[in-house]
Amino acid sequence: MDSINKAVLDLKRLDLLANNDSSIHRLDARAKVLVTCVFIICIVSYGRYELAALFPFFIFPAVIIALADLPPLFIARKIALLCPFVLVVGMFNPVFDREVLLHLGSFAVSGGWVSFASIVVRSILTVGAAFILVGVTGFTAVCQALERLGMPQVFAVQLLFLYRYIFVLTEEAGRASRARELRACGKKGLGIRSFSSLIGHLLLRTWQRAERIHMAMLARGFTGAFHAHRQSHFGKSELMFVLGWSTLFIFLRLQNASQLLGKLVTGLFP
Amino acid sequence: MSHHIVEVKNLRHVYSDGTVALKDASFRITHGESVGIIGANGAGKSTLLLHLNGYLEPTSGNIRIGDIPLSKGTLPDIRRTVGMVFQDPDDQLFMPTVFDDVAFGPFNLGMAVADVEQRVTEVLELVGANHLRDKPPYNLSGGEKKRVAIATVLSMSPDILVMDEPTNGLDPFARRQLMALIRDFKHTRIFTSHDLDMVLELCERVIVLHEGEVWADGPTLEIFNNEKLLAECRLEKPLSMQGCPICGSGRLAGSAIPCPKSYASSGFDS
Repeated sequence: MDSINKAVLDLKRLDLLANNDSSIHRLDARAKVLVTCVFIICIVSYGRYELAALFPFFIFPAVIIALADLPPLFIARKIALLCPFVLVVGMFNPVFDREVLLHLGSFAVSGGWVSFASIVVRSILTVGAAFILVGVTGFTAVCQALERLGMPQVFAVQLLFLYRYIFVLTEEAGRASRARELRACGKKGLGIRSFSSLIGHLLLRTWQRAERIHMAMLARGFTGAFHAHRQSHFGKSELMFVLGWSTLFIFLRLQNASQLLGKLVTGLFP
Repeated sequence: MSHHIVEVKNLRHVYSDGTVALKDASFRITHGESVGIIGANGAGKSTLLLHLNGYLEPTSGNIRIGDIPLSKGTLPDIRRTVGMVFQDPDDQLFMPTVFDDVAFGPFNLGMAVADVEQRVTEVLELVGANHLRDKPPYNLSGGEKKRVAIATVLSMSPDILVMDEPTNGLDPFARRQLMALIRDFKHTRIFTSHDLDMVLELCERVIVLHEGEVWADGPTLEIFNNEKLLAECRLEKPLSMQGCPICGSGRLAGSAIPCPKSYASSGFDS
């Protein structure tokens, strides 16, 4: 449970980064959300064997991290946390897809390995972009931006509640698990049985809490609508930010920049 | 000012599992009174409070807030009149920032944005929490959360303030701060608490609940001096009314003046 507590603390740190002040932080959240969306769509729209064309996209996270003064190692560690999931997703590609796709010197690389590498690179780019978005905007502002961009309010409210109570619930889970561990005296306790009962209790407690929160909302005149008042301004700099990055992403998507660069270099030095 | 009156007549509540939480409770609280509802665990205090703003429906009996009988149709009015502060502030603070949380009620009342901003600032200043306005609730300490929770209710300008265990879990300093705050309110105030010293200081009248019935209702000092009654209801005198723990001599009833002998015998010089 210690690791979960740590993960939550890390999440808080990511959110606190959003309080910094930089040219990127000051932009309207909608601009940042839009650019991140275009970025992610461009990345995931590539074919499964595409690898070289993905690398130029690293310019986006690199520039934003530099401009917004985010800690790059911290972001890298956050992305690394997701690596096991990515590896599971791509694990069987090299096994099933053995057709040789390219040769690196005398070394033959199968299509499976290329698609595996492509999955890893794409995950790093998309997950990294999402973390950076939260780091320069803050989760709440991202939700509100999504809502203003047309996402139904129900989803925005769900996300906000999830974010608000994830801290409370992980603390509760951490306490329950600590209590179990202390009485298990270093052994397994009752093993999976005690864990399933613990999870059941947590679920019931969550339910009760949800009821109390609903009660508190009703007590303050809640009728189903959420009114959040935010001053935001989508001005010239936002427009430039969106247009500039989107044009670059779409250009990179349509033209293989790595190949262009390669041709340029080989053309210059035949 | 008849809308500040709370009248409960023959209130009975049976939960769906058959537990009789309230057998027969009747009382009348008038404008500006500060009333403590005390009793053992399971005496029905929380159930009673949940009736006062209509979250629970009486099995039988009725409740009037001012001239309005509590019913489905009058709920919005009642909830505006009766402000309810819950025991766990984490249940009450569900919005992304302190400002949003305090503004939640006024927005639901349909106030204009500028008015809401002014109201939120006023109320946060009143509870001494204006410096926290942009913070997310999970970054607040227990005492801060409690004060903000009170602000969320005050922002709706209720006529009657109902609080469930307001001093629960606070350190001595935060408890004193909160008591000073509550003492200054001009509202009709109703608390439940096991902190009998707080009840002694803040309430001129006490209602004792025992097994779902009103066992006693009268001036605070009179009730706290009735040791037989208190013992019957699994209660005891507030600590400040009990004898000095060192020499056993009594204190002035209801005062916090310490016993001089205890200072002498413990080596303190007065």
